[in-house]
Amino acid sequence: MVDFAYIERVLPLYERAAVLTVQLGIEGILLSIVIGLVCALILYEKIPVLRRFVMIYIEVSRNTPLLVQLFFMYYGLPKIGIVLTPEVCGVAGLAFLGGSYMAEAFRSGLDSVENIQRESAYSLGMNRMQAMCYVILPQAVSTSIPAFLANIIFLLKETSVFSAISLMDLMFTAKDLIGLYYKTTESLALLVVFYLMILLPVSIVGAVVERRVRYAGFGA
Amino acid sequence: MPDLGLEVLMKGNNLLRLFDGLWIAVEISLLSIVISIPLGILLGILMTRKNRLVRFLTKFYLEFIRIMPQLVLLFLVFFGTTRSMGWNLPGETAAVIVFVMWGTAEMGDLVRSALLSIPGHQYESGKALGLSRRQTYFYIILPQTLRRLIPVSINLITRMIKTTSLILMIGVVEVLKVGQQIIEANRMVSPNAAFGVFLVIFILYFVICWSVSMTARYLERKWS
Amino acid sequence: MADTVLEIRNLVKKFDGHIILNDLDMNVQEGEVVVILGPSGCGKSTLLRCINGLEEIQSGSVRIQGKEISGTKENAGLLRQKVGMVFQSYDLFPHLSVLGNIMLSPVKVQKRKKDEVKEEALELLKKVGLADKADSYPRQLSGGQKQRVAIVRALILHPEILLFDEVTAALDPEMVREVLDVILSLAKQGKTMLIVTHEMQFAKAVADRIVFIDEGKIMEEGTAKEFFEHPQTERAKKFLHVFSFEDVR
Repeated sequence: MVDFAYIERVLPLYERAAVLTVQLGIEGILLSIVIGLVCALILYEKIPVLRRFVMIYIEVSRNTPLLVQLFFMYYGLPKIGIVLTPEVCGVAGLAFLGGSYMAEAFRSGLDSVENIQRESAYSLGMNRMQAMCYVILPQAVSTSIPAFLANIIFLLKETSVFSAISLMDLMFTAKDLIGLYYKTTESLALLVVFYLMILLPVSIVGAVVERRVRYAGFGA
Repeated sequence: MPDLGLEVLMKGNNLLRLFDGLWIAVEISLLSIVISIPLGILLGILMTRKNRLVRFLTKFYLEFIRIMPQLVLLFLVFFGTTRSMGWNLPGETAAVIVFVMWGTAEMGDLVRSALLSIPGHQYESGKALGLSRRQTYFYIILPQTLRRLIPVSINLITRMIKTTSLILMIGVVEVLKVGQQIIEANRMVSPNAAFGVFLVIFILYFVICWSVSMTARYLERKWS
Repeated sequence: MADTVLEIRNLVKKFDGHIILNDLDMNVQEGEVVVILGPSGCGKSTLLRCINGLEEIQSGSVRIQGKEISGTKENAGLLRQKVGMVFQSYDLFPHLSVLGNIMLSPVKVQKRKKDEVKEEALELLKKVGLADKADSYPRQLSGGQKQRVAIVRALILHPEILLFDEVTAALDPEMVREVLDVILSLAKQGKTMLIVTHEMQFAKAVADRIVFIDEGKIMEEGTAKEFFEHPQTERAKKFLHVFSFEDVR
């Protein structure tokens, strides 16, 4: 039998954990968008030296697990004098991971803008910066929105490993409660429900946007 | 020069133990992908069926697997089965089950879109040659889709290897756990071991995943 | 005597070791309409791109009102405002409305007042017969309409010279006329223009001077009447012959 009294009792714990998950997730995602944009622009404009660093960063970020990144930051870095709170570690880790994914999304958007757009911006007297801001970037961003939303879902899912650096997120709460009360079914069901509440809306928005982008364009 | 805690790794067979831990991760990924490929092909074929119920169920399965964090799936299988079925699954088995579920879903979706992208006249010409439905799939359709699947399945392997880091959380002794054990055992003699050990694990993961994804990229370019 | 707007001296443009423009000289006076003719691949389009500073040149100079345009990155934008260019492909910005396309550069680059620019934009749109399309988006327009918007977008910057790069080449035949009419009326207003085209009748009607280019060099130049009725060089004769042959067919 499902123990509703138990569910009612632990619900506030899950709510608090969900808020933490979402909050850290949003912070990390915002940061990763900034990192991604900067990296994509560096690659697109082929800025020497910086470009190499960005390429290395993207490879490292995409080919290491978030959990390992977090362990290194949380347990390893203090040994050389860099002590970070679990929250900072979580957000920084998510941004480090997400930055490369966002950079790829931005870059494919930038690549999809035809060269003639840049040239006609130049021929209208715009400089590089103006051409980027007013002509290329707006088009690039709108084509990368589906990839963007997919990344957001991916990153929100990745926050589930935050429990490993003792952040009291949804996973932490569920595991804790399973250990404490042996109410496995209820604890796991709540875990699934809460993740669905966070992820389903983004996923639905993603599906709708993708259809709109595919079938229409500007001014539709 | 600050103590970076690297000397611990030179002690005894510590480095070797880390490699062993990582090998478990690779093994689990490889085993899972090998099981996922045939199951994924089956799922992909099911997903192209006209039957609405079949389509709904397969789609539901795919979306559920996709939207849930892998760690949640691991918890569901690891803790859930103990409770509801009374099994006491070892963490490794739970991990393989979850990775197969995940791999089958991803592979199934890839197979589905690959199948749909094969023009209808390929099916018709199979029929015209007097092949049965199964023969058409086996001799004509699948060989065309398989080649496209290889780079993406290699990609899936990297994602799985990265995800194996999570099985620490269901008690499997893998590279991170071995790392923690080494750090614990040497707490007195080298207090800074955490830096060196986790740095090395970071690099090990990178080397493995990076070389696998380079292979995938190479194959993609070669076969596209 | 009219001022020289465009002055090209010893222009050399190479691409991958091939010489595209070979030591080319050319002047365009204020109010003059010059049409450039030549077989495809002769370097006509490249010449326009060099004048607009879109291509790096290997040697020689391109001056607009006496100011060097190539190789001067700092004020390239400023000089480019003096050169209006309309491309063959409709290159409107898809994310902006017609009005947005036209107003972007005057407002953001020339820092002119929004109201004043808008007024002028609407005025110009009316002149090209697109007053009702101000709020449409490029994808809702036909090719000919897009091209007329592109012309307005170049005009509103008040350039000293307008460059047209085969602006009707990608259009359906029934839309060619509406675009050419706009260019003809600009010629009547005394705008300085440099036009690359394949429309021979149009060239005859609009040109003060025809410049015939082949193999990166000016082979021949003269009034439209001279060129079409008494071409001097063998190459020009052959070029015109190809066209008359096509006319007959």
